[in-house]
Amino acid sequence: MIPIMDEVFNARNDNYYHLRRACVDMGQGDLCLARFTRHSVFSGVAMAGTLLELICPAGSLPALKAAIDHGADGVYLGLKDNTNARNFSGLNFDNKSLAEGIRYAHNKHRKVLMALNTYPQPATLARWQQAVDTAASAGVDAIILADPGLMAYANKTHPELRLHLSVQGSATNYEAINFYHEHFGIQRAVIPRVLSLPQVENVIRNTPVEIELFGFGGLCVMVEGRCLLSSYACGDSPNTFGACSPGHAVRWQQTPKGMETRLNGVLIDRYADNEKAGYPTLCKGRFEVQGETYYALEEPTSLNTLELLPEMHRLGIAAIKIEGRQRSPAYVAQVTQVWRAAIDAVKNNAEHFRAQPGWLAQLDKVSEGSMHTLGAYYRPWK
Amino acid sequence: MIATNNLPATQQSTVSVAIKKMLGRLPAYPATQAFVTAFNLTVWKKLKDLDWDGLYGKSFSVVIKDLPMAMYFSVTEKGLRALKTTQPDVVFTATFMDLIRLALRLEDPDALFFNRRLLIEGNTDIGLRVKNMLDGVEFETLLESFPGMFGKAVMFARKKLQHRRAQ
Repeated sequence: MIPIMDEVFNARNDNYYHLRRACVDMGQGDLCLARFTRHSVFSGVAMAGTLLELICPAGSLPALKAAIDHGADGVYLGLKDNTNARNFSGLNFDNKSLAEGIRYAHNKHRKVLMALNTYPQPATLARWQQAVDTAASAGVDAIILADPGLMAYANKTHPELRLHLSVQGSATNYEAINFYHEHFGIQRAVIPRVLSLPQVENVIRNTPVEIELFGFGGLCVMVEGRCLLSSYACGDSPNTFGACSPGHAVRWQQTPKGMETRLNGVLIDRYADNEKAGYPTLCKGRFEVQGETYYALEEPTSLNTLELLPEMHRLGIAAIKIEGRQRSPAYVAQVTQVWRAAIDAVKNNAEHFRAQPGWLAQLDKVSEGSMHTLGAYYRPWK
Repeated sequence: MIATNNLPATQQSTVSVAIKKMLGRLPAYPATQAFVTAFNLTVWKKLKDLDWDGLYGKSFSVVIKDLPMAMYFSVTEKGLRALKTTQPDVVFTATFMDLIRLALRLEDPDALFFNRRLLIEGNTDIGLRVKNMLDGVEFETLLESFPGMFGKAVMFARKKLQHRRAQ
């Protein structure tokens, strides 16, 4: 019986009609449907009419409310510890604010997703598992995971809980995404910011898993989940500590030569008075390489894919994610407002969609480096 | 890559020159005392239940660079306490108007930092914690702590500034 169920479940097209027919044809209707409901109804039916969801960051309750009030379809948030990749002092949710946030969002029929996207270590595994339990009992709409062990735990312990694959999971091809889907019931994957749109399309055509793309916000060197750069300076890996530049290691100081940024004492940049600053991460530092000082790894800039929205819509992207749980409610309100207007415009008339100058100006105002890029999505030579 | 938004590093203050001159002439310590007293009588009521553990006894400086003026204070269980001068644990530096806009939740601190309009020196972790804790309190909640007319005046000023930003 199990192999038949698996055969049904593993069908590449998680289409409600086809799966239901397959269940009935095999005489396993009820059993199959039970499992199918657990994994697929949300994506196959409930989500069908809600493509291009707007998923916004919430580092605090006011940020969550700002996102909801300005038109987010859902928010993502984390707990006040290193179980998520925005582990900063004073940020994130405790049980009380989580309950209030979920109540606020659900009253307005919006979703709350919880990021549990760092990697547990043997000695601390219980903290991550407890965070999964907390998410399930609080009633979040999905959890966003990177670690397969945690996926297995969530899948087994809370079979009703919807699972998303975090960008930290670093799955860039459909085989990897399908693996997570088949083994752990992953229903949505956030794609690392390394693929061009044609490559994203190739993924979409070969997986039943919903695809979520980053639309706006800070960029990193894009080896998410595998980047160890900051541990060279701080001794803390972003994948286990939950921050690339832990606050305790960061020092800014105005000197006669300019504003210096140090990470655990290591000078990573010095800004002249008229220069824009970036986040204090090693990847965005300027280093002397063969006698020349420059952004040897990455220039501080923000991803902004507004002008690619019609193509994303055509591809059937399930959701657009806005980066920035470390940002203030003011940022969340401003960015959510612009993206809500843009997504509505593209849904109304994709052919005549144009990114309005006012939207771009508003987004550039809050961008790192006050610059934006289309990132890897747009590579016309591909 | 598209370079945009060449905002000046220092925003032109919109507070009238007269007010700024007046504030700039105030000696720092009495001005800090006045600020601390007003703070403790109003918003502290809404902030005292936050998780201040580890922050009691820490000292802060807010440098208003266009007046110029530096305020020094520490956090105690009864609220802020004005200090005459100290080696602060953390220093925030910005213009008068940017500080006002931050307090009114109209400006994103990270965006100000990127544009070199906000500097945080000293213990960054403490600075971030205070910033994030304050961000976690709803503006409306803080507003409730002001006497009726004053609260309305704050809301009026906020709407004015919000409107100006949108233009």
